Amino acid sequence: MPFGLLKYGLSNNYPFEKDADLPPPTALKKRYDVVIIGGGGHGVATAYYLAKYHGITNVAILEKGYLGGGNTARNTAVIRSNYLTSDGVKFYAESVKLFRDLSNEFDFNIMYSKRGQLTLAHTDAAIRGFRQRTEVNKHFGGKTELIDPQQIRELVPTLNMNPGHQPVLGGLWHIDGATARHDAVAWGYAKGATQRGVELHQLTEVTDVIVENGKVKGVKAKQGSAEHTIECGIAVQAVAGHSSLLAEKAGFRLPIVTYPLQAMVTQPVKPFLDPLVSSPAFHCYVQQTGRGELVFGGGSDPYPLYNSRSTLELKEQLLAHAVELFPFVANLKLMRQWTGLTDMTSDYSPIMGLSPVENYYLDAGWGTWGFKSTPICGKTMAELVATGKVPELIKPFGADRFSEFRQVNEMGATAASH
Amino acid sequence: MKIMPCPLNGPRNISEFVYGGEVTSLPDVETAPDKEWAEHTFYAYNGTGVAKEWWYHVASGYWFIAERHRVTDQILRTYDPSEDRTLFPAAATTDAAAATQPSAEAVKEEITE
Ligand SMILES: Cc1cc2nc3c(=O)[nH]c(=O)nc-3n(C[C@H](O)[C@H](O)[C@H](O)COP(=O)(O)OP(=O)(O)OC[C@H]3O[C@@H](n4cnc5c(N)ncnc54)[C@H](O)[C@@H]3O)c2cc1C
Repeated sequence: MPFGLLKYGLSNNYPFEKDADLPPPTALKKRYDVVIIGGGGHGVATAYYLAKYHGITNVAILEKGYLGGGNTARNTAVIRSNYLTSDGVKFYAESVKLFRDLSNEFDFNIMYSKRGQLTLAHTDAAIRGFRQRTEVNKHFGGKTELIDPQQIRELVPTLNMNPGHQPVLGGLWHIDGATARHDAVAWGYAKGATQRGVELHQLTEVTDVIVENGKVKGVKAKQGSAEHTIECGIAVQAVAGHSSLLAEKAGFRLPIVTYPLQAMVTQPVKPFLDPLVSSPAFHCYVQQTGRGELVFGGGSDPYPLYNSRSTLELKEQLLAHAVELFPFVANLKLMRQWTGLTDMTSDYSPIMGLSPVENYYLDAGWGTWGFKSTPICGKTMAELVATGKVPELIKPFGADRFSEFRQVNEMGATAASH
Repeated sequence: MKIMPCPLNGPRNISEFVYGGEVTSLPDVETAPDKEWAEHTFYAYNGTGVAKEWWYHVASGYWFIAERHRVTDQILRTYDPSEDRTLFPAAATTDAAAATQPSAEAVKEEITE
C-alpha cells in the first residue's frame, strides 16, 4: 500500500487499523468495579480471566509505560514446575498445563515450545537435592527424572562434561520444561480481555492509592500532565519491581527487596541446543531461541538497586561460566543485553492474596521467576477478585506467612534457573 | 568498574566486596515478641532514598558501613562501624569523625530520584 503509507506519513494522526488486535484508547471513566495496576502479563491475565470466567468486565488496567514493557518483555521465558515444595510444584505445574493451550485459546501464536529443561549437578549434595525434587515433582503433577552423564551426553552432545574441573555428575531432567514468546503472552491476554470489554490504559501511571477506613476507594493516576481520580470497588496491584513503592502509597510495607536482574543474547547461529540448560553451581543458564540466538541468564545483581543499568562485571562473571559449559560459544558476539527490576522475597516464593487494606489485593514478590506463572496467577487472582475468597492453590503464598514464620522455601530450586 | 571507597583499604573495585544487608538494631533478645522478630528479619528498607548498609571487604575480612543511594547507586559515605552512634553509643565521641571519610564530598551533591 505505498499510497496509503505516504498518506499516513504526511499525517499527524497515527493510523488505527479496523481489525487491530487492541481497540483504540478511550477516555478514563470516573469509576470501575475493578482497577488493575500494572499492564504486564500478570495484570492482563487477571483481567482476561475476570472477564472470561466471572463476567466482570467493568475493569481498567492502568499501565504507566506500554503493555508488557516491564519484566514481561525482559524475562528469558523459562517455563517449568520442578520446584522443591509441594505448594510450589502444585501451583507451577498448573501454570505449565495452562500454557499448552494458550495459542488455541487466544487464536494468537504464543510460540509455546516444549524443549525440556536440564539442570546440572556437579556435587553429590546436588544429586541428593535433585532426587528429592524428582519425587516431589512426579507426585504433584510434573514430569521429571534424574539422569546420568551418558543420558546428558545424548541430550546435549555439545556440553562440556568437565567444566571448570567440576565434572557433571548427573542432571535433573524436567520433561515439561518449555519456553514461549513472552510478549505474545501479554498481547494474547490483552486482546482477549479488551475484546470482552476490559479497558487497557497505557501511559497511565498510578501515583496514589486512596484508602478510607482501611478500605480501598480508588486511585490517582497521571496521563502526561493530566491528573485523574478514579474510584473503584476493588484494586489489584501487579507491578513487579515496583511492588514496595506502590504498597507504600497504599500505606503498608512488603517483605521485599528490589534487585536488578540482567540477561543477554548472542547473534543467531544454527540450531544445536534443544533443551534449556542450567547449572546452579555455575550460576548460569543457557538456551537457544527459535531464531537461533543464545540466551544467557543468571542470578540477580549482588546488591539492591532501583535502576535498570547494566554492568560489565556481571556479564564477565556470567559469561565466563557459560563458556566453561559450552567452550565454542566464546567466539560469538553479544547482540543485546538488558536489565529488569526484580522484587525478591527471602523464601523465593511470590506474595499473592490479601493485603492489610480491604479490597486491595496483592500480586507481588515475583522476583526472577514470575513469567512461568502468568496464566495460573491471573486465573487465581481473578477468582480472588470475583469471590473475595483466597483460592486453595495460592493460600500458602499470603504476605502474612512471614510474620507467622511459615515461608515456602524455593531458594535452592530457583536461584540460577528462575 | 564501580569503585567502593573502603574506610580501611581506600578506593577498590566493588567486586571485592560483599553486600551484607541493611544496618538495623537487634530487637531485645529477652522481651521482643515474634512479630517484632519477623519485622526485623523480613522487612528491610526498600525505598528510593539513601540506605545505610553493611559491606564486607573479602580480602581483608573487614566489615564497614556505607550510605548508598538506592536509585543512583551513588555511595555517599563509608565509615568504620565504631563511628556509628546508633550501634555503639559509647564509642562515638566526636561528630567530626565521619567528616574525614573519603567520600564526604559526595554528600553535598544533590541527588534526584
Ligand atoms: C532478566 C530477567 C529474566 C527473567 N527470566 C525469567 C524466566 O526465565 N522465567 C520466569 O518465570 N520468570 C523470569 N523473570 C521474572 C519475570 O519476568 C517476572 O516475574 C514477570 O514478568 C512478572 O510479571 P508482571 O506482569 O507482574 O510484571 P511486569 O511485566 O513488570 O508488569 C508490571 C507493570 O507494572 C507497571 N507499573 C509499575 N508501577 C506502576 C504504576 N505506579 N502505575 C501503573 N503501572 C505501573 C510497569 O510499567 C510494568 O509494565 C525474569 C525477569 C528478568 C528481569
